[in-house]
Amino acid sequence: MRRAEPWLALAGALALVAVAWAAPWLRFILTLALAKGIAVLGILLLLRAGQVSFGHAMYAAVGAYVVAFAAPSMGDVLVLLPMAMLTAGAIGLVIGLFITRYREIFFSMLNLALSMVLYSLLEKFYAITKGSDGIRVAPLSIAGMPMDGPMAGWVMFGTALTVAACFWWVARQYLISPMGEALAAIKTRETRLEFLGVSARGVLLVAYVLSAIMAGAAGAIIAMTSRHVTPLLAYWTSSGELVFIAILGGAGGVLGPFLGAVTYELIRVYAAAAFADIWQMALGLALLAVILFAPGGVWGVIAGLLRRARAT
Amino acid sequence: MITWFDENGLLLGLALLDGLAYAALVFMVSVGLNLVFGVLRVLNVAHGSFYAIGAYAAASLGGMAGLPVWASLPVLLLAAVLVGLVLGPVIERILLRRIYAEEPVIQLLVTFALFMILEDAQKLVWGVQPVSNDVAVRWLGTVDVPFAGDVIPFTKYQLFLLPGVALATLVGLAWFLRRTLTGRVIVAVTVDREAATAMGIDAKKVFLLTFTAGAVLAALGGALASPTTSLVPGIGAQTIVLSFAVIATAGLGQIEGAALTALLIGLGRSVAVYFAPELEVVVPYIIMVAVLLVRPQGLFGAAEARRV
Repeated sequence: MRRAEPWLALAGALALVAVAWAAPWLRFILTLALAKGIAVLGILLLLRAGQVSFGHAMYAAVGAYVVAFAAPSMGDVLVLLPMAMLTAGAIGLVIGLFITRYREIFFSMLNLALSMVLYSLLEKFYAITKGSDGIRVAPLSIAGMPMDGPMAGWVMFGTALTVAACFWWVARQYLISPMGEALAAIKTRETRLEFLGVSARGVLLVAYVLSAIMAGAAGAIIAMTSRHVTPLLAYWTSSGELVFIAILGGAGGVLGPFLGAVTYELIRVYAAAAFADIWQMALGLALLAVILFAPGGVWGVIAGLLRRARAT
Repeated sequence: MITWFDENGLLLGLALLDGLAYAALVFMVSVGLNLVFGVLRVLNVAHGSFYAIGAYAAASLGGMAGLPVWASLPVLLLAAVLVGLVLGPVIERILLRRIYAEEPVIQLLVTFALFMILEDAQKLVWGVQPVSNDVAVRWLGTVDVPFAGDVIPFTKYQLFLLPGVALATLVGLAWFLRRTLTGRVIVAVTVDREAATAMGIDAKKVFLLTFTAGAVLAALGGALASPTTSLVPGIGAQTIVLSFAVIATAGLGQIEGAALTALLIGLGRSVAVYFAPELEVVVPYIIMVAVLLVRPQGLFGAAEARRV
């Protein structure tokens, strides 16, 4: 399976480019889906350790607001993106030092609580953040060239695809490294990990900071693509959405998050068009169906098909 | 109102009385969530939806034509019991029963999906316009509370009824869990599910009973809150997040602990409303983080032995 994965990834990327070419209105949605996929990749790392963060949207919001605040003075994609990632990573490190002491429900709820604190601050300090109206992101450039019109859409799509590919590779290498393998031990028997002389907190902290950086990158791409940021980015349901996509895509493989994100965004767009008032209900039912009938998620289904193809 | 704002003491008094009513509502919801988590080991995200549906149902039932004013209070209870008795057993049997053996992440997500479904269901039934019905509050009237030479009218509903009901729930629940056979069976399942089952306790029945009780408590919290505010989409989400904060602060599986923490957080938020309005929403989480920094297992939770 691992050997087939890069080829699948390549095929998937080409398919995305083809779809974005054929249907320009989908390009915007696919860009957002790729961005969310990056954030979900971070969630996946934490899931490996059996920990579920119900607050990771806060790092996406951090990335997005960094872009919104910095865009007027230095609006270059190649500057803003690393800046958003660094800020999210730094905040993730500070919070992570404290939050990696906790497991399971306390871990989930502390993340949730901190994201709600950020949400409230973004909403209440109107003078700085313009409250729930949000901030419009100033026009951007890439490597000094101003971006406008349909070109901007393609640049953001390309950026999202490139960043997604980079993080996909990083996550893949990380998970087969000793640090990554140790994550699974936190899920099963943390004490034994410590008997081996490995700091469980340290292992979890690395994953946590990495996941914060990924979410920060995702938030930055979302802000640069939609050109508008609001506190809702940090709201707990946004965090729930990320966990939702992780399960939808399947926690088994590193491609899962992207499969999940594309599926999720497409369901969302079509559900919103088909039944405007109950798209949330449609998503909830889809989630239930996946959990009850396809526990491996989209990735699990594809992996199963591939295995069967190889057996015959 | 304005002239009192110089007097900080007076303001504090107002905040405390307001906070008491608010804490009572918070307690009703979080104690149910805590009970369900203690027994089923499932953190029910849809618990907030029970609160919201209880509130909407109470407002609708109470708003029916021809209802005598004195009935406005019993109707609140009736609405809550109806909502809890219908939704609780149905959801436990159809959905939760399938996932008791799953990982916590999956359980959390199943209830999250349920929350999404119920959220839209509310919008379908009650629309997105604010709904309000304060007959019960107006019928009970107000009482003048003397304050530093001034007299402030407070609604009896908030001053007596809400804290009274919460206190009765606390005492009743503690008595039920410790003194009755059914209550002790529930506690036994909470402490050690396997041993309890080995003793011949029907865990399935206990789960069904507890989940229904939790749903009724949440719906009652919502029904009691309904005359004091106008109902808009999103109240379920607010409530569940706040209840999470309460039970994580209190420590899991604690009834009295949940009551004290609800009081702490309720008063804290209310004081913030008067003295630092922009921090209002943040206060519960600040309290929670502060408590968990010092006591990682929560204020009243017992430290768990590490698994080997």
